[in-house]
Amino acid sequence: MLSLSGERTDAKGIIKEKSNSDNILRGTSTLKRGFAHMLKNGVVMDVTTVEQAQIAEDAGAVSVMVLDKLPSDVRKAGGVARTASIRIIEDIMDSVTIPVMAKCRIGHVYEAKVLDETNVDMIDESEVLTPADEHHHIWKWDFTTPFVNGARSLSEALRRIEEGAAMIRTKGEPGTGNVAEAVTHIKKVNDELRTIKSIYDSGDDQDLIRIAREFKVSYDIVAKTAKLGRLPVVNFAAGGIATPADAAYLMSLGCDGIFVGSGIFNADDAKERARAIVLATTFWNESDKVKEAQKMIDERQSMLGLDVKTLELRMQDRGGLA
Amino acid sequence: MSLTVGVLAIQGDVHENITSTQRAIKELGVEGSVIGVKTSEEISKLDGLIIPGGESTTIGQLSLVNSSLKIIKEKIEQGMPVLGICAGMIMLSKTANDRVVGKTDQPLLDLLDIKLERNSFGRQKESFEANISMNSIDIPKFNGVFIRAPSVSDTGSGVEVLAKFNEKIIAVKKGNMLGVAFHPELTEDVSLHKYFINLIKKSRN
Repeated sequence: MLSLSGERTDAKGIIKEKSNSDNILRGTSTLKRGFAHMLKNGVVMDVTTVEQAQIAEDAGAVSVMVLDKLPSDVRKAGGVARTASIRIIEDIMDSVTIPVMAKCRIGHVYEAKVLDETNVDMIDESEVLTPADEHHHIWKWDFTTPFVNGARSLSEALRRIEEGAAMIRTKGEPGTGNVAEAVTHIKKVNDELRTIKSIYDSGDDQDLIRIAREFKVSYDIVAKTAKLGRLPVVNFAAGGIATPADAAYLMSLGCDGIFVGSGIFNADDAKERARAIVLATTFWNESDKVKEAQKMIDERQSMLGLDVKTLELRMQDRGGLA
Repeated sequence: MSLTVGVLAIQGDVHENITSTQRAIKELGVEGSVIGVKTSEEISKLDGLIIPGGESTTIGQLSLVNSSLKIIKEKIEQGMPVLGICAGMIMLSKTANDRVVGKTDQPLLDLLDIKLERNSFGRQKESFEANISMNSIDIPKFNGVFIRAPSVSDTGSGVEVLAKFNEKIIAVKKGNMLGVAFHPELTEDVSLHKYFINLIKKSRN
């Protein structure tokens, strides 16, 4: 069974069709959120080429995310980061059997439409790319393809879900190889969930209304989330994960799965590291297996990483206020 | 008699299957427990197993790593009922091909004599919900949730076709093995999970 809290049954993205004589529905919340549920306990890997996508699939990734540049290279390059080349996305779709995701800029409705037409399996409205609209995110209910969004807090997560996101991930700080921000974000979301759950259990509706106003979301979604005691969609960890131990740690904090950005293909031992991170994610609660996974990688091959305090560009702040 | 039903907890929507199975057990008034299983030791104690939806390439590779694939195969050959859902049905099959990519070298249990076409209805945007019927097992109407679903392109001898959608085979049964291309665990309807519990009950008698 699936939580459908906050779903819109009259969304434009829902298509009613006749297939022979049968009525069928596409783009419903069950299908979009259900898709994300199939990724649980898995690793989604950022890739920029067909070769990398094949390495990811062979390593046991549940999906690949296609970018023009890995997040750490986006930092180095500067300039405007946009959605990846459609030709590369299509080549990757033709060469792996696992789902293929791609990123669009925050608020960029037409990059999203292009990706929807391309038939990618999920669209990431991502802070790694340069935002196209500082004030609005995409109204994701208009699309048949599901979306994933980043969030640093429960309020951000619920705002995205109300806009139609079918999956949430932490923002972390992309392209740093530094897991600290992702840890902070998941802990914050968990703390806030505990708080609203206890308010719900105490029956204090007035306080829930106060929280809904503070979060800038509807009372309905706050109350339903509080009752569930977790987000009504799957919640993954993302942003700065570079090693098997990083992945296992975030799984232990209650994340449903892992996104790895620059951590794999900016390391010098990508093949081994990809397999090791998958192993550590699957068997995160068995310390001996996490150790085996960690042993597969060489710390001297890890990406160097960046201290978040000295960053000129904090990607996580993008789209944060909207 | 108390039944122990396991849901293979390597990857995929394990929790949803645990919830649906628990509800099915309760509604049937059967004594039993449902657990997520990973290790050979856990699997060896089961009366029935659900292999859930997820990515079949991931589930296959990782169950190979911790040798749970081997014990699952042995148990099924000894008669333990198994329900394979979407990726789980792919795991049960002898051959799997992808609609676009073609032949895959993924690890399979190689037990159910069916040929599978992966992503048979297309990518996620083509995922759909539709009513289906499985009349031969007394489920005349069921909301089928198809997510990047496979279909069965060929069946060997003794494989019973339980349901078709648009001429494509989407549910099969052979002895103690049940395979479906859609996701009963994503709906409120637990009738297929109930049918599976009854299959386990019968196998214990």
